[in-house]
Amino acid sequence: MKVAISAKGTDLNSDVDPRFGRAAFLIIVDPETLEFEAVDNSANVSSFKGAGIQAATMVHDRGASVLMTGYCGPKAFQTLQVAGIKVVSDVSGTVMEALERLKSGSVEYLETANAEAHW
Amino acid sequence: MIISVASGKGGTGKTTVSTNLAASLDRPLKLLDCDVEEPNAHLFIKPEHLVSKIESTFVPVIDEQRCTGCRKCADLCQFNALAVIGDKVLVFPELCHSCEGCRLICPEQAVEEGHRELGTIETGVWKHVSFSYGRLRVGEAMSPPLINRVQSLIEPDDLVIIDAPPGTSCPAINAMKVSDFVLLVTEPTPFGLHDLVLTVEAVRQLSIPCGLVINRADIGNDELYHYARREGLPILLEIPFQRTIAEIYSRGGLLVEQSPEWRTRFCQLFASILQAAAEAEVSQ
Ligand code: SF4
Ligand code: SF4
Repeated sequence: MKVAISAKGTDLNSDVDPRFGRAAFLIIVDPETLEFEAVDNSANVSSFKGAGIQAATMVHDRGASVLMTGYCGPKAFQTLQVAGIKVVSDVSGTVMEALERLKSGSVEYLETANAEAHW
Repeated sequence: MIISVASGKGGTGKTTVSTNLAASLDRPLKLLDCDVEEPNAHLFIKPEHLVSKIESTFVPVIDEQRCTGCRKCADLCQFNALAVIGDKVLVFPELCHSCEGCRLICPEQAVEEGHRELGTIETGVWKHVSFSYGRLRVGEAMSPPLINRVQSLIEPDDLVIIDAPPGTSCPAINAMKVSDFVLLVTEPTPFGLHDLVLTVEAVRQLSIPCGLVINRADIGNDELYHYARREGLPILLEIPFQRTIAEIYSRGGLLVEQSPEWRTRFCQLFASILQAAAEAEVSQ
């Protein structure tokens, strides 16, 4: 299993970026082995609209089955649902802390998208 | 001749000016309310019959039988309106700009024509005025496509008065850019002036001559007049803040129908516009 986490930096000690579509990086990590790659999301950061859709497609392409982020908008959520990717929102702290939360099982998966906001 | 009536912000009396100008003239003309997010010229210009037409625009519909999930369409789309997950194409119609690129590029002819409703255009005749106004569908995010549809009613040699959306954003620029002259309606207040300065800059970018109508001319301060003089902006009409004027407006009445004096002033406004436009043409 792989997990995608929106992050402000490129390693596991980076802070979680509360934005998904416009996150600086998306870290794709295997929670068991902690093997990871950081995907530069800067092309999306500057896109006018629909950044979340692109980011969601990318998460699917990299084979992640869970996304952890601060906020996930309706279009991104819809895309992730079709891809069968589960979403944990309201995640903060570092990427490592987020992974530990996930492993301890103390996470709730999002049933519906977070309300529309202007990230 | 196309005259746009615009303003830096809403509520400055833009519609009062566009409707009274249209009503005052004694020649056939078109009045187009392009303030499609909040049209209100129809509250003053009231044709007996309005014909309503629904306007819609192209959005892709994917034929899943034909689609192979090759992603060519999603890679092409500049607006992120398409996403491919596995072999399924997701369409986000509200992001689509109707360029039809996805349809052209699809190697399987899997992109079919669908529609997104933009809104409606109402058209009717009132005296010498052919009047049309657009009303954006609730939930529709983009107004320029509907504004373009309203403006497509313009024929060569028409005399046209456009009620443009307020502000300097894309819809406002879109409505003004076809015009030969922009009439800017403003108020002599600090807020009014601030918005006016931005609008004048935008109109100058478009290289369209413009002039001012000052509404509620006796409130506020002189700043606006100093600015107009510095910038060489002609003040073509001043409308005072008067109870009788406010009453006519609140009843949905037209100033020029109630007062011959105001009819004369609006006719003079039109003459001044023609003159200012002609002078601008000479100086160019
Ligand atoms: S028509 Fe153009 S904007 Fe709309 S989905 Fe196709 S490529 Fe994207
Ligand atoms: S280009 Fe055509 S075949 Fe390829 S994914 Fe898009 S709709 Fe499907």
